[in-house]
Amino acid sequence: MRKLLDRWFFSSVSRRDWLRASIASVAGLAGAGSLSASVSESPPQEENEAYDSAPAGPSRMHGQMRTVGSVDPARNGFDPMAMLTDFDYGETSTMDDGQTLREYRVVATDKEIEIAPGMTFPAWTYDNRVPGPTFRCVEGDRIRIEFVNAGSHPHTIHFHGIHSAKMDGVPNIGDGMIDPGDRTVYEFDAEPFGCHLYHCHSTPLKRHIHKGLYGAFIIDPDPANYEGEKREAAKARNHQYPECGEVSEMVMVMNGFDTNFDGDNEIYAANTVAFEFANRPIPVKPDQLQRVYLVNATEFDPINSFHLHANFFDYYDHGTSLVPDRETIDTVMQCQAQRGILEFSFEDFEPGQYMFHAHQSEFAELGWMGFFDVREDAPPLEEMGADLPA
Amino acid sequence: MRVLKNASTSTLWLWGSLPLVLAAIALAAFLYLDPMEALTGNQPPVQNLSIERVELTDDGFTVDVVNAAPEPVTISQVQVDEAYWTFDVEPDSTLPRLGEATVHIPYPWVHGELHEIRLLTDVGMTFSHTVEVATKTPQPTPTRWGLFALLGAFIGVIPVGLGLMWFPVLQNLSEQVMNFVLALTMGLLLFLFVDTLLEGIEIAEHVPDVFQALPLVFLVGLMSYLILTAAGRWGGAADRSTLDGRRWIATAIALGIGLHNLGEGMAVGAAIAAGEAALGSFLVVGFVLHNLTEGIGIGAPMAEDDPGWGRLAWLTVLGGGPAILGTWMGGFHYSPFWAVLFFAVGAGAILQVIVEVGRLLVERAGDDTTIATSWVNLGGVTTGLVIMYATALFV
Repeated sequence: MRKLLDRWFFSSVSRRDWLRASIASVAGLAGAGSLSASVSESPPQEENEAYDSAPAGPSRMHGQMRTVGSVDPARNGFDPMAMLTDFDYGETSTMDDGQTLREYRVVATDKEIEIAPGMTFPAWTYDNRVPGPTFRCVEGDRIRIEFVNAGSHPHTIHFHGIHSAKMDGVPNIGDGMIDPGDRTVYEFDAEPFGCHLYHCHSTPLKRHIHKGLYGAFIIDPDPANYEGEKREAAKARNHQYPECGEVSEMVMVMNGFDTNFDGDNEIYAANTVAFEFANRPIPVKPDQLQRVYLVNATEFDPINSFHLHANFFDYYDHGTSLVPDRETIDTVMQCQAQRGILEFSFEDFEPGQYMFHAHQSEFAELGWMGFFDVREDAPPLEEMGADLPA
Repeated sequence: MRVLKNASTSTLWLWGSLPLVLAAIALAAFLYLDPMEALTGNQPPVQNLSIERVELTDDGFTVDVVNAAPEPVTISQVQVDEAYWTFDVEPDSTLPRLGEATVHIPYPWVHGELHEIRLLTDVGMTFSHTVEVATKTPQPTPTRWGLFALLGAFIGVIPVGLGLMWFPVLQNLSEQVMNFVLALTMGLLLFLFVDTLLEGIEIAEHVPDVFQALPLVFLVGLMSYLILTAAGRWGGAADRSTLDGRRWIATAIALGIGLHNLGEGMAVGAAIAAGEAALGSFLVVGFVLHNLTEGIGIGAPMAEDDPGWGRLAWLTVLGGGPAILGTWMGGFHYSPFWAVLFFAVGAGAILQVIVEVGRLLVERAGDDTTIATSWVNLGGVTTGLVIMYATALFV
């Protein structure tokens, strides 16, 4: 009887047909893109189709695992693509003793942001964007940041760097938590050079961070402080030198959003919007050195990671050295607040779309996944951002 | 208002309609002033998407959803097994209050494994449904109809019919033994009543709050009881001293048990459709044993009479046949809301039958009312409960 029932109710599911259909559709999808190299059936003319298309929407590249629709950068007031290269150098002046002074003004706000098509998140922001502005300076500069809290809860800015206790932006020390409507000034010398971050340190800490109060803080090395090869390396890292201008630099802040507030993220991304760089791949010139300032601002999960497909990179942990800590790796892991610099190039690579993502598959499938679109005619990254209303 | 005691018809019309007119004015004023806005306007929306049904097809999942919250809600994204997945929504991704939508998700589900479907709304709220054991949802092909009918027959018709085949034995029992059998029937029915009611309550918990399924279990059950009681009294139909009256009671028992079996068939059909029951032959064996006793219950009130095989066959169909109907409904289009209603009607029907059998026992005791609670009768009820409990262990 059992066998009979089993046969009646289960065997009629045509698993084999289903599988066959799935394989066919996957092959079809792959055939349309760069993966077709391994799929012999796909006609060669289709191979180049994806490269010729505009950087918008080759969602077929990753099958049906994706969000549906698109996020309007104009509505958000920020564009994850523009954020890659949007460095804030501050108001620069020279102080009496010759030290460079960089002045910034940061306003904390409450703002609803769209983090996946049609899905909003009640964020707390620095300057109406998540992640906040990328502050960039040179080691030894004097940094003066006026912080205004226009949000609904007390906030701070806590910089990862070297400074006095009262400039640390933590509760009860110095000005402590800044109440809504209040302001304060954080001032310190930029030390040490590297790829750092800042975030709100108000309590409850988890909530203040995951609501969106974080950003990248990059201190370039000053070549004058180094000799020989290190000096050259410092020049390539310092935005004031032409050597640095030859590198395609981008900032990726890995973050997550717990939209139902159950302590588990529903969205993972680099620069906030799920699958942003899968829908709009990042253009890459094959012969240009690529430098990613990678910051892990993910809340709740102890670690996040970055994995580059079909290529390897050198990694400078915290960016505080001029020689890589780890050479020729394709995956790097960062704990919460850990960050580093990745350097790689696609020189001599076949043009195509090369994937990158967190190698926690769950994070990748929940939005932290994208492509480098390697092609000779790649436009400069700075030209890729959407036009936003002022 | 004494002055209006003998008022004219037109005056009464005026007084009759005045409260309605004033109520309309008051409501209009309330909506215009909208004090609720000041009280609740600042509160975030409470969203509640209820996933009613998930169908597994060769093309993936088809999910039926109801918006069970007061405010409209938009389905913005869909995750399957913690991965965003493409989807489309019919008729619209924004659902008004009590609005329904169907979400199609082209997902390559894996046979026999667990999948979690999660709908994400415009504000990032999540509503999940777990497919416990993925298996293709049966489509209503002629073969399917036939197979479900066969399953329903095994659950309902066959055991009830076999139970009724004891009828000749029932007819030749002594008065005390017959009392015992009637009391045993009451025990069986008591168990079924509690079981039916609890099943209804259990399913009611899966129905969105807005439909008030839990109160419905009791209210529909009560109405079912009252209507069947009234029908039984109508024209002295349930007069146990007459042949027709006893036949009516037997029919009523068969009807109540039939409704119960409808619910059971529905549960089994739905379990197969959802792939949630590892339905083996053992379960069917359990149902056969369990429901054999139902046949005895139907036959007992007519033991003094000679109903003929035709009537017994009809009672078999009435008591067992609905199981077939149930497997079809459960297997092809299961709705928790309708399941609740059927269980509620079934519970009311069984309660009515318990009362009728109880009256029968009291009547048989004649003037000596203490016999109604004699050890024989108590023993019968207890035995009935124990039999049902023991056979229920198989199900």
